[in-house]
Amino acid sequence: MKNVMIVATNTFREAVRDRVLYNLVFFALLMMAAAILVGQISIDIEKSVIISLGLTAISVIGLFIAIFIGVGLVSKEMDKRTLYALLAKPLPRWKFLLGKYFGLLMTLTVNTAAMALGLYAALWVVKHPLVRADGFVLVAVYLILLKLGLIVALAMLFSCFTTPFLAILFTAGIYVSGVYAGDLRVMRVVQMDPGMLKLLRIVSYALPNFENFNVMGAVAHDRGVPGILVGNATLYAIVYGAIVLAIAAVVFSRRNLK
Amino acid sequence: MCFLEHWGGVCVDAGGRVLKNRDMANPAIEIENLTKEYPYGFLNLKKRLSLEGLTLQVEDGEVFGFLGPNGAGKSTTIKCLMRLIFPTKGTARILGKSIEDVSMHQDIGYLPEQPYFYDYLTATELLDYFAQFHGLTANDRKARIEKMLKKVGLESTKKIQLRKYSKGMLQRVGLAQAILHDPKVVVLDEPMSGLDPLGRREVRDIILELKREGRTVLFSTHILSDAEMLCDRVGVIVGGKLRGVGAPGELVGIQSQGMEVLFELGPEGKRPALLSRATQTGERYRVELKEEELYAALDELKLAGARILSVTQIKATLEEFFMGLVEADRAQAAAVEVRGK
Repeated sequence: MKNVMIVATNTFREAVRDRVLYNLVFFALLMMAAAILVGQISIDIEKSVIISLGLTAISVIGLFIAIFIGVGLVSKEMDKRTLYALLAKPLPRWKFLLGKYFGLLMTLTVNTAAMALGLYAALWVVKHPLVRADGFVLVAVYLILLKLGLIVALAMLFSCFTTPFLAILFTAGIYVSGVYAGDLRVMRVVQMDPGMLKLLRIVSYALPNFENFNVMGAVAHDRGVPGILVGNATLYAIVYGAIVLAIAAVVFSRRNLK
Repeated sequence: MCFLEHWGGVCVDAGGRVLKNRDMANPAIEIENLTKEYPYGFLNLKKRLSLEGLTLQVEDGEVFGFLGPNGAGKSTTIKCLMRLIFPTKGTARILGKSIEDVSMHQDIGYLPEQPYFYDYLTATELLDYFAQFHGLTANDRKARIEKMLKKVGLESTKKIQLRKYSKGMLQRVGLAQAILHDPKVVVLDEPMSGLDPLGRREVRDIILELKREGRTVLFSTHILSDAEMLCDRVGVIVGGKLRGVGAPGELVGIQSQGMEVLFELGPEGKRPALLSRATQTGERYRVELKEEELYAALDELKLAGARILSVTQIKATLEEFFMGLVEADRAQAAAVEVRGK
C-alpha cells in the first residue's frame, strides 16, 4: 500500500501544480453571483435555488475533472514516456494504476470539499443562520464524490486500451447512459422483441446507475436522505469501482508501451 | 559473409549468426531466445518481427555494449528486459530472477532512451519520488540525492522545475535516477544521446566508475567510439538478429592485420628502398607493411640511419566491422527481395 500512496501523493501534487484547483475560482465567482442575484429574483426559494445551483456546479465541474484528468492519468504518462523510468522501479503496474486513481480521488475530494464550503458560504449569505437540515447538503456532496470516483475508474479503464479522445467519448457516453440506467430497467416497450428487451435489461444492469447518487432534488427541498440509501450507494460505488479498476489493472498489466 | 569462426566463448557461423553465447560462470543478465513481433495493418493481422531469437549473456561486473543501427532491435530488447513491452517468445533473467518478477527491479537501474520526466517536479523532487520506491529512509534519500546531483553536474539547477531543463540536462537527471539506489545492474538506453562532448565524457566517467565498483552495465549505443572505449564486450544486432558478440578488440582484430611505421630520414639523408612505398607528410614518412615484413623493414631503416617514430598495429575499427555487418544484412535483404519477385 506504501507504493500506492507514493504514486497517489505525486499525482495530487501534479494536479495542484497543473492548476487543476483553479476551477475553484470559477466556482467561487459563480456562488457569489448567485448569492447576490438569487435574493433579488426569487421569493422564498432562495435556499433551494442556491443548493440546486451549487450542487449542480459541484457535480459538473467534478465531472469535467474526473473525465478529462482521469483519462490523462495513464495516457499522458504513456505519451510523454514518463512511465518508462517509473515502471522500471519495483512497482507493479496495478499499484501504479491504483496510486493514480487515489491521487485524483484525493484531488477531487479537496476540490469538492472546498466547493462545498463555498456553497455553505453562499447559503449563509442568502439565508442565515444555517439550520440542522442544511447538513444534508454534505450528504449530497458525499454522493457526488462517490459518483466522481466511479467516473474516474471508468475513464482510467478506457484510457488503458484506447486513445485519449475515444476514452473521453466512451466515458462521457457511459455517464449519460448511466444517468438513464434506472429508466432502462423499468422501460416497457410493447413492440420490442423479447430477446432485445432481455438484452436491454442486462445492459441496464451492467451500466453504472448514476441515479443512485443523485439526491439533489430532495436536499434542495429540505427532504432528508435515508441512511440506507447512503449506505447502499457507498457499497455500490465501492463494488462497481473495484470491478472496473480490476479490469483496468488486467488490461494495463498486459499493455505494451511503445 | 563470415567474419569470425570462434572467439571469446562465442561461435559464429558462415552467415555471421551467433550459435553460442551462454554457459558463463556468473551471468548477471541471461536472455534466451527473445523474440518480439509487432502486429500492424488492418485489424493487426500482419506481424513485423522486431527481434528474432536473441540469446545473450552478460557477465557479472562487465560493461556490455549493445550496438546496432536505428531500428535494429536494441531498445526493443531493453524494453523487454524492463517489462515495458512483452516478448512474443523467449525468456530473460536478471540476477537470477525472471524479468516477470517485479522485485527484480530493486537491484536494477534503468535510463530510458531520450528520457522525459514530470514537468512540474524539480530534479530533487523527482529523485526523491523515485527513491521512495526503493524503501530508502528520508535522511538516506536526502544524502544520496545531494551526492548524485553533484555527480551528474546538476547541483546548481536542482530547484528548477524539469520543464525548464534542456535535453542534455534531462539525460543527466535520467542517469542520476538510474544509479541513485546503488543498483547491481545498470541498463542504459542510448546514454550519450543528446549530450555535448563534455556531457558524454562525464557519462563515460560514470560508466567507468560503475565498472570499478563492480556493477554490471548494459548500454545500447550507435556511437562506436564510446563502445570501443568503455566495453568489455559488445554485441552487434542488425535487423533484429544478433550478428556478433565479443570484446571490441577481438571483433575488429580479426578483420584486418598489418603494421604502420612512421619514420624520418637520418641526418646523412640516406634513402632506404622502402621509401618508394611510403607516403610523405612534411619531414615524416608513413609506410604500411605486412607483419612478416616488419623486422626486415626496421633493419633497413636502421641501416639507412632513419629515425623510427612509431610502429603501430593496423586494425579495422569497430565501425568498419559494424558497417560490414549492416551492409551484409542489407545485401541479404535485397537478395531475398529479388528472389521473392
